[in-house]
Amino acid sequence: MSNHYYNAADLSKFGNIGDFKKDLSDKFFSWYGEVFNEGALTAREKSLIALAVAHSVQCPYCIDAYSTDAYEKGYSEAQMMEAVHVAAAIRGGASLVHGVQMMNKVKEISM
Amino acid sequence: MKSLKAMQHALADSGYQINLLEHEANLIPFTQKLIESGLYPLQPKNLEIFQVNIGKMCNQTCKHCHVDAGPDRKEIMSQKTMETCLKILQAHPIFTSVDLTGGAPEMNPNFRWFVEQIRALGIHVMVRCNLTIIKANKKYHDLPEFYKANQIEVISSLPFYSKDRTDKQRGNGVFEDSIAALHLLNEVGYGIPNSGLILNLVYNPSGAFLPADQFILEKEFKQSLLRDFNIVFNQLFTITNMPISRYLDYLLVSGNYENYMNKLIQSYNPVAASNVMCRNTLSIGWDGSVYDCDFNQMLDLKVQGNSKHIDDFNVEELLQRNIVVNQHCFGCTAGSGSSCGGTLA
Repeated sequence: MSNHYYNAADLSKFGNIGDFKKDLSDKFFSWYGEVFNEGALTAREKSLIALAVAHSVQCPYCIDAYSTDAYEKGYSEAQMMEAVHVAAAIRGGASLVHGVQMMNKVKEISM
Repeated sequence: MKSLKAMQHALADSGYQINLLEHEANLIPFTQKLIESGLYPLQPKNLEIFQVNIGKMCNQTCKHCHVDAGPDRKEIMSQKTMETCLKILQAHPIFTSVDLTGGAPEMNPNFRWFVEQIRALGIHVMVRCNLTIIKANKKYHDLPEFYKANQIEVISSLPFYSKDRTDKQRGNGVFEDSIAALHLLNEVGYGIPNSGLILNLVYNPSGAFLPADQFILEKEFKQSLLRDFNIVFNQLFTITNMPISRYLDYLLVSGNYENYMNKLIQSYNPVAASNVMCRNTLSIGWDGSVYDCDFNQMLDLKVQGNSKHIDDFNVEELLQRNIVVNQHCFGCTAGSGSSCGGTLA
């Protein structure tokens, strides 16, 4: 085990997860591939969604992969940053909206 | 910006480049992948395209240029060498298309004469026009009319449909001049449906990444250029940047070399490999030397056998030759493949 948790080179080893449990890995990659095919949404639109979600889940491998993919697919730096802001806004909003819960509780217990 | 040659850069030496490509990182040899695909030694399927690089002189100095072309390059094809090319074309009707490239081919003073002579033989001509040459000087302003009069297929580089990405790769002001040139080409009928005048665009990535799907990018280019500039064209060809010359310099300086090469290798596609352009194309250098492709030409890797110069042209021998390959060839076989006519698989 290395002395750090993330290694950029590990991204290219993602497919190796099948070494420990091939049947589930095969199902995952088959489904994953289908998800990103052209459908009601274009592959290009899905790439930008993936970039935003990658930031939301703070996955460095996903950020690496979908920064490249979205740029390859022609998104500008500004478009990509706006997508990241959307992810950040939802994350920030998700925290903040719980403030209502906090307010409800305080109101419940206060005189 | 100067060419690598003018700067006396180490990468201006083709031997240095080949040594670097073979030894810089511990990478799988291209020949090994060909052997695994049952394609080694790689040989021609036929000969159809006679690609002629009529000079390294160019009005632009693009960051990715595999030719290391620019205003400071003075190597251009002489009329005598062009005459020898014409004799070969006349004697070998197997060649149905001539692909003229450079540099900016239009800067060769014998360019128009050469085009007219090839067309007089009834051979299809493609010109790789960088677009800005049309606006560069008054003497080039009538190029669209010249192309039209000779029914030339125009293949033009436009790295992207936005100014920032295009100018980053090709220099400030290139996007605006390219758009103006495209308007002039559209005005004479190029790219207009049913005009018979073909205008194809070429996309290559402005960075250390591979081209996206050609069909999807073509749709994006068509929508954006029509919406934003009222420009139409026929097809988009996506081309992968070859890890040679100025692009190799960029990869090394930016620290992307090993990752890029690994990406090319991981994306090796045997279907693309079986359709590489060197299997139906010959590439002729400005001095009449014969190569398997324009990339081998820039690495000074001449064809195997005795037909290394057009003065010694032997079509039978060339049809049976083994094509010279090296690590840069991964650029043509990655993903959907890459050629002067776009994807291969």
